[in-house]
Amino acid sequence: MTEMKTIEGTEQELVEDFAMFEDLFDKFGFLIDLGKNLKPLDDALKTDNRMIKGCQAHVWLYSELKDGIIIFDADANADYAKGLVAMMIHVLSGHTPDEIINAPLNFIERIGFKSMLSMKRAGGLESIIKQMKLDAVVYKAKA
Amino acid sequence: MTLITEIETTTLFDVRKIRKDFPILLRTVNGKPLIYFDNGATTQKPKQVIDAIVKYYTEQNANIHRGVHSMSQDITFEYENARVTVQKYIGAKHEHEIIFTRGTTESINFVATAFGKEFINAGDEILVSEMEHHSNILPWQQLCVEKNAVLKVIPITDSGELRMDEYKKLLSAKTKLVAIVHVSNTLGTVNPVKEIVSIAHSKNIPVLVDGAQSIPHIKVDVQDLDADFYCFSGHKVYAPTGVGILYGKEGWLKKLPNYQVGGGTIRTVSFDETVYAESPLRFEAGTPNIEGGIGLAAALDYISALGLENITAYEHELLVYATEKLSVIDNLRIIGTAKEKASVISFVVDGIHPLDIGMLLDAQGIAVRTGHHCTQPLVAHYQIPGTVRASFSFYNTKEEIDVFVNAIVKSIKRINKK
Repeated sequence: MTEMKTIEGTEQELVEDFAMFEDLFDKFGFLIDLGKNLKPLDDALKTDNRMIKGCQAHVWLYSELKDGIIIFDADANADYAKGLVAMMIHVLSGHTPDEIINAPLNFIERIGFKSMLSMKRAGGLESIIKQMKLDAVVYKAKA
Repeated sequence: MTLITEIETTTLFDVRKIRKDFPILLRTVNGKPLIYFDNGATTQKPKQVIDAIVKYYTEQNANIHRGVHSMSQDITFEYENARVTVQKYIGAKHEHEIIFTRGTTESINFVATAFGKEFINAGDEILVSEMEHHSNILPWQQLCVEKNAVLKVIPITDSGELRMDEYKKLLSAKTKLVAIVHVSNTLGTVNPVKEIVSIAHSKNIPVLVDGAQSIPHIKVDVQDLDADFYCFSGHKVYAPTGVGILYGKEGWLKKLPNYQVGGGTIRTVSFDETVYAESPLRFEAGTPNIEGGIGLAAALDYISALGLENITAYEHELLVYATEKLSVIDNLRIIGTAKEKASVISFVVDGIHPLDIGMLLDAQGIAVRTGHHCTQPLVAHYQIPGTVRASFSFYNTKEEIDVFVNAIVKSIKRINKK
């Protein structure tokens, strides 16, 4: 089994991946592709209580704790939101509750489209991160 | 024939010259020249409006209706002149029928509160339509909850027109008010407001018109429409944010109780009794948005100088052009195909969320609105998650529409890329 990358390591990789694209259109395109590569979420798991309801798009986030690490799966009704959640899964999935809770996640700024992603825009990143960290807090409390 | 029309338009309406009045149109967004097609949300401001605001703060600032000193009197005179400009612009009979508010939303809330307090009782009915903006639903919905009244809804056709047959059926002895949008912010539909008012009046029912989206595009004459209340916002008609208008017929304003009270609304105050002023001062508590009022007058003067008829004709040309161009894009459906439309086009692309198109257009420097546009019940009618909405102003061009159409095609291709 290959060693799990640190959250910071994955963040740095993403920053470098996005840096390959100069144009914002291509950066968004890359984000959409990240969403397309996301493993499909079983329809049975797309329940209202797992839905992060944005003003425009909705994200379904599912998580489970396996051997002390959290595995996230997700889907969304817009490619953009699916890309955002895929990016966060890429960074956080497979880490312990503590690692997830303590992750500063400042890579968004370094990707260079903070203003596009951080605000309350539909199915926004903020609420996705909040839900992922909340799940981690819940698993930690149960442990 | 087409050629002649084009020459005439160019002569009457020199869009390149007009664009120079709007400094913001020179900026870039995400490294691309800005194409601003979100005029339904807010319009950009010509330098004539910006200059009026700068002049106010650099040369004229004083409080109105208060001081005996020259500056206060001068600015009071100018502010009251702004009221007259609005009165003339919408064809109101009296200047005291023009009340300055914060915007359409406050104007509607004003009527819902004051009219509701006096005239709505348990079991009464208020009639709105399926295509209303939330701002013309929620104040009435809340009033109905408070008063145990009933909110009734005029349905629409799939093309986005009001079901007038249903409207007539919904009017009853219990109906106390009709609140209707003049131009739909999502569909662009221009509703037959004059006819709606006439039908309601035949049963002695007053009508409030939400004119937020009509004032920038078409001629509005409140006396000709015979509307009892007409509401609009400054910022949608090239004026600053935070200022709007409630027009109310003199007879109704006399009957309405106070909305908010405070400084400026009174004749005399004692702890035993307060005597209130007449309209409009009775309804304008506190120091108002003075630069907003002055900016609004500057904006209306600017439009009048261009000629509203020219604006309407040119914007219609843009609407027809964009509709033709968009119609040939595969899987693109225009939502709202009423016969009478203002320069607003909403569309969906089957299989693609509107948000995705909006984000990719933004990356190409094109500002549109995506989502439900504060008309969730309307969007629910079409069973779609929302739309992409392009709303054109007289400073937009056919060349911009060409870029927009190409950008949509490019976005769809990128999203569908395997």
